[in-house]
Amino acid sequence: MAEQSAAAAVLTTTPAGLYCPAGDFHIDPIRGAARALVTHGHSDHARAGSTQVLATQATLAIMRARLGPNFACSLQAIRYGEPLTIGDARVTFVPAGHVLGSAQILIEAHGRRVVVSGDYKRAHDPTCAPFEPIRCDAFVSEATFGLPVFRHPPAVDEVAKLLASLRVFPERTHVVGAYSLGKAQRLLALLLEAGWDRPVWVHGAMESMIALYRADGVRMVETRHVTTADKPKLGGEIVLCPPSAASDIWLRKMPDPLVAFASGWMRVRARARQRGVELPLVVSDHADWSELCATVKETGCSELWVTHGAEEALVHWARTQGLAARPLHMIGFGDEDEADGLSTETQA
Amino acid sequence: MNRFAQLLDRLSYQPARNGKLRLMTDYFRHTPDPERGYALAALTGALSFRHAKPALIRDLVGERVDPALFALSYDFVGDLSETVALIWRADESAHGSNHPPVLLSEVVDGLARAGRSDLRKLLASWLDALDETGRWAFLKLITGALRVGVSARLARTAVADLGGVEVDAVEQVWHGLEPPYLPLFAWLEGKGERPTAIDPAPFRPAMLAQPLNEKDFEKLDPREFCAEWKWDGIRLQVSAGRDERGHRLLRLYSRSGEEVTPAFPDLADALGAIEARDFALDGELLVLREKRVQSFATLQQRLNRKTVTAKLVAEFPAHLRAYDIIALDGEDLRALPFVVRRARLERFVKEVDCPRLDISPLVAFEDWPSLANARENPAEAGAGEDGAAVEGVMLKRRDSIYVAGRPTGPWFKWKRDPFNIDAVLMYAQRGHGKRSSFYSDYTFGVWRASADGDELVPVGKAYFGFTDEELARIDRFVRNHTIERFGPVRVVEHGADKGLVFEIAFEGLNRSTRHKSGVAMRFPRIARIRWDKPPREADRIEALELLLKEG
Ligand SMILES: [Zn+2]
Ligand SMILES: [Zn+2]
Repeated sequence: MAEQSAAAAVLTTTPAGLYCPAGDFHIDPIRGAARALVTHGHSDHARAGSTQVLATQATLAIMRARLGPNFACSLQAIRYGEPLTIGDARVTFVPAGHVLGSAQILIEAHGRRVVVSGDYKRAHDPTCAPFEPIRCDAFVSEATFGLPVFRHPPAVDEVAKLLASLRVFPERTHVVGAYSLGKAQRLLALLLEAGWDRPVWVHGAMESMIALYRADGVRMVETRHVTTADKPKLGGEIVLCPPSAASDIWLRKMPDPLVAFASGWMRVRARARQRGVELPLVVSDHADWSELCATVKETGCSELWVTHGAEEALVHWARTQGLAARPLHMIGFGDEDEADGLSTETQA
Repeated sequence: MNRFAQLLDRLSYQPARNGKLRLMTDYFRHTPDPERGYALAALTGALSFRHAKPALIRDLVGERVDPALFALSYDFVGDLSETVALIWRADESAHGSNHPPVLLSEVVDGLARAGRSDLRKLLASWLDALDETGRWAFLKLITGALRVGVSARLARTAVADLGGVEVDAVEQVWHGLEPPYLPLFAWLEGKGERPTAIDPAPFRPAMLAQPLNEKDFEKLDPREFCAEWKWDGIRLQVSAGRDERGHRLLRLYSRSGEEVTPAFPDLADALGAIEARDFALDGELLVLREKRVQSFATLQQRLNRKTVTAKLVAEFPAHLRAYDIIALDGEDLRALPFVVRRARLERFVKEVDCPRLDISPLVAFEDWPSLANARENPAEAGAGEDGAAVEGVMLKRRDSIYVAGRPTGPWFKWKRDPFNIDAVLMYAQRGHGKRSSFYSDYTFGVWRASADGDELVPVGKAYFGFTDEELARIDRFVRNHTIERFGPVRVVEHGADKGLVFEIAFEGLNRSTRHKSGVAMRFPRIARIRWDKPPREADRIEALELLLKEG
């Protein structure tokens, strides 16, 4: 089996997701597993029902807040950069730059180095530790925005677009749809950097995550619960809410709401129009095409597995670069902006 | 160009008519001549340069982008110009990074002068100099596909707002003007005289009907209404006059006021031969063969063609079935009651005796039940062999004057009832155009008995009948319940207890040997999404076979 690929020597795919036989653990399993290593707290990666969970302190805190205190029998926190031996494998969690606590997982086993990226990005984000590239034999990447039409503009430019709109329409409430874990906090931090000096009004569904970020020392603009606001007086103010709430009835009391939506999908006009968005803001927590390609190159890997997203294009590109590449077509992973409506439905 | 691109970008996301007007008026107010004039020309479809062929754009992008990556991107984005705008990478080495801004007037001028050979280089240099939004707008413009939900009339309304005049005042002088419309802007900004030319064949805003609800009948008196067939064609207004030298000028307009004359030269010629000094008729564009109305599918063969060939005209002769006359011999008839206009129309159609013009007959009825009966059986109620081209009836108050827009009360449309069944979603495929990133084409099936128990058999495909929100929800359902993928097609979980039920509405049913089920539906669409209904309760093929027998 000398010809066997590095990735296949260390990982297999099972109905529950990626599995490492050497360490007898799953990564981000979509159903309960005996031992789960969790890259980050988004609901498609961090699910309840596993017996033992290993993740960063921040990810465990997010899971506790979203899934309740009993989401697993035993929890173990791991720090970035500190290796841990599990069975015949050695694992290290390394910052992924996606959301607070997000990690890539480096697995060393059978003399191979394999990195599972989870979700990641390379762009500036004041709310989480920046991505660190790791040299490896095989890289297991996401590809949510794995098409060359996706090149996210700098997020500060998009925030500037929002502020410009507030100057042009000072009488309208700017209702910004943003996913409540990661995107919302990043916008709040960027608004602080941009000098926004009034409180931002936030939807109740976002408060726990914002509090969790603040507890971790992330600096953001002041926030207030929108239910405490005198709604007719919200003209010219920013209201932040989960994407699914951006068309709700509670908007109706606000003066002439102008609906914005912060998502990488806003690059594609059909997506923005389908959401009924008047102000699309192209802000993403995922790597764009250039970041995906640059990251694959930086890892120096000879083999690429693509877990979810636009797998075909990234696999095609990797092959033209002389890499062995394979799409995994993993079911159950979406990106959070698209999944949001669904997750609030199941919670309701 | 970048400013114009930003205007187009904002217009494309602005659903409200008033919002669009505000954006345009603001642009015209703050943009200098001649840029704004060319922008107005672009918005009204008045720019004439040879459009760049999509093949040329593909070719250009092909020099810079891997074809497989381009194909995947195009498949996702669904729009050629948008894909190219996003995927294009400026050739920094050739041009350096400081391009002067591209002006719209420069583009219009450049396109008019450029020979075929320099066009390539010119386009590439413009694409290099523009940003994503600029490239998108530029490509839309040069391929003649600029659509941002603004009609020519709305753009003229925005210009009228600039000068605080009624849009009709602009319409009247429009015919004599050319891009970049310097005298028009001068007049509207109080710096010049009103341009003199008056359009002898103007558009008159169409009157529209509101949909009829069954409960409306309690309030309506049948004696106050006339009924006509509602034809399954295209609403058309013909407006004819003579210019200063007495030459015939005739224009065909869509119901929103877009001029469509070049698409129907046969009809325009036939109607142009009518001798009256001026006239304006409202009616339905239909294709007639041997005096029989052809199906909408046949009419569609005639539409959306870039060039109108003699063969097309011969095969699909265009015809106007008139139901109103709104101007004649210098007289505006819109303030007259419907029955008076109707009498004038009957006389006019008879006198001019034009082979491409006839009148839409009235439907005789005594009370609402007898009209309902006529609506269900148009063939027996007077429509004869044209019955299949009837999609319902129109109700018009006898005393109704002709007013613009959709007033409440005078006119109603009452469409035929479609058939309904509950079917189960089986396969989903990505759509086209703006829907291409969604699974929006659905194949659905009903139950039938087989050797291994009940199974689902596909009976049709539906592409519409749902809102954008519902589409997003079905799309998520498809992605989360995919059991297999074949290229662009996903097999969606479907079984007795698992799957999604659609209530499908359709216009009729035919026997078909091409379909596994033996039936083919006409115009199936999703009437409701039954998130609540278990697939086992969906309809069986026997229900459809019963309809076939009845039909
Ligand atoms: Zn994530
Ligand atoms: Zn994810």
